[in-house]
Amino acid sequence: MNPILEVKNLNYIYSIGTPFEHKALDNVSFTLNRGEFVGIIGHTGSGKSTLMQHLNGLLKPTSGQILLDGKDIWSDKQLTRQARFRVGLVFQYPEYQLFEETVYKDIAFGPKNMGLKPEEIDRRVREAAGFVGLTEAQLQVSPFDLSGGQKRRVAIAGVIAMEPEVLILDEPTAGLDPSGRAEILGNIEAYRKAKNATIMMVSHSMEDVARLTDRLLVMSGSCLAMDGTPDEVFTRAQELVDMGLSIPQVTQVFLKLKEKGLDVPMVYTIEQAVAALKQIKGGAVNA
Amino acid sequence: MLKDITLGQYFPGKSPIHLLDPRCKLILLVVYIVALFTASSWISYGLLLICLLTVIKISTIPPKSIVKGMKPLVMILVFTGVLNLFFTTGEGEPVIDFWIITIYAEGIVRAVFMVARILMLITCTFLLTYTTSPIALTDGLEALMSPLKKIKVPVHELSMMMCIALRFIPTLIEETDKIMNAQKARGADFESGSIMDRARALIPILVPLFISAFRRADELATAMECRCYQGGEGRTKMKLLRYTLWDFRAFAIGALILAATFVLASFGL
Repeated sequence: MNPILEVKNLNYIYSIGTPFEHKALDNVSFTLNRGEFVGIIGHTGSGKSTLMQHLNGLLKPTSGQILLDGKDIWSDKQLTRQARFRVGLVFQYPEYQLFEETVYKDIAFGPKNMGLKPEEIDRRVREAAGFVGLTEAQLQVSPFDLSGGQKRRVAIAGVIAMEPEVLILDEPTAGLDPSGRAEILGNIEAYRKAKNATIMMVSHSMEDVARLTDRLLVMSGSCLAMDGTPDEVFTRAQELVDMGLSIPQVTQVFLKLKEKGLDVPMVYTIEQAVAALKQIKGGAVNA
Repeated sequence: MLKDITLGQYFPGKSPIHLLDPRCKLILLVVYIVALFTASSWISYGLLLICLLTVIKISTIPPKSIVKGMKPLVMILVFTGVLNLFFTTGEGEPVIDFWIITIYAEGIVRAVFMVARILMLITCTFLLTYTTSPIALTDGLEALMSPLKKIKVPVHELSMMMCIALRFIPTLIEETDKIMNAQKARGADFESGSIMDRARALIPILVPLFISAFRRADELATAMECRCYQGGEGRTKMKLLRYTLWDFRAFAIGALILAATFVLASFGL
């Protein structure tokens, strides 16, 4: 394991010292490793968004530390600014942040702020556009002339162009149609493979996180409730339901089958389910 | 952060002042201001001050928050006070005559009166906005201005616009916060650089904010049309403004106070 980002005893309280005081994060600790794909699930208001905004230094912890490569990102100003670029954050509905005249210029905004040379900016913009499947012609049009899904991909490219080592996405597929969702998730996976980047994704789709992630963090009531592989997390189905979450539909079906006395393994994706059913069928024929 | 900005600064409550009809409160505000400008003596000022303190007491608004609201006006108050103090020439001997500073007794009195007048004026308008929700206030304004419809003033449209504007201020503040964070995540820097740099740094916020405001306006227009909104003509209200006994009592008290200040003024008091 090769840790890149460590969160240690993170606490955050909103509007401290006012009647609206509210604890958003309660003693959260975990470590992200290089190349890992981590999913965060949690009910609305469980602290996911607050947590994400801490990881690149947008919010300052009330107490606790964020260590990037072992160094506290708040220990000096330069490190805080570095954290903004090394940890890329894609907000919900990122297409609403587009502002430039052309797609090219918008994607170049991040790299430009990093103070890179023009050739390097150009390379990064083209590479980022490639990751999200934007064509050369699309780079020169106004981002406001694109479709919703395309705008979303431009916005994600804008963050990818900074070549962050950790890419954090808040519900990147919200409000998209199935093909748009599949494309975006594919783009993210491609970026991870190419750069050995760490991906952290908030999602409400249990199917997506089960299929894509190596590890799942479950947030509940400002605390980190679970941290484990999708296998480990989804076996605690009842606890998840109690937190207002769910498990993949196919897992629910298989749990029911198990209840009825059929000896099936735990599955989380359609592919696993198909394989498991084939095996059972094969076994029955043999017997 | 941005969220801490309060607008309209309405303090929800159930005091008799809160429950008064917004029209009544608006009219009484005007009455009070007229009385304030008529007042010219210690007695009439005292009378108006007692009224104001009583209303504050009844309204259960913490006096602290009224004082807090005064803070931005300290400069104006000091300026008014100083001007009146130094530039009022009176009869008789100056109280202080030192170098270029000459202060007459009249100057002191005038300065105190002017500052008191401004303070009381602001306090009573604060009381109105503290005890009346923005929606009730626009409703009241619309009702009071409705005679202007006769001369083709689009009263309903104006009040609807005001109402929508008030409703969307918190939404847009939240939106600005989100956009700022998103651009900061891409390395935008709003805190350093020259004035020109900072002005330029606003573009990545303003463009998305305007686009979002237009989008919201468009969606709202569609939503209103879906509910067959056609302007004020023939539109009924869910919450009808109705005067109660309390409003008439308040009117009576207001009239008495106004009459009292007029009488006092006519006697030169």
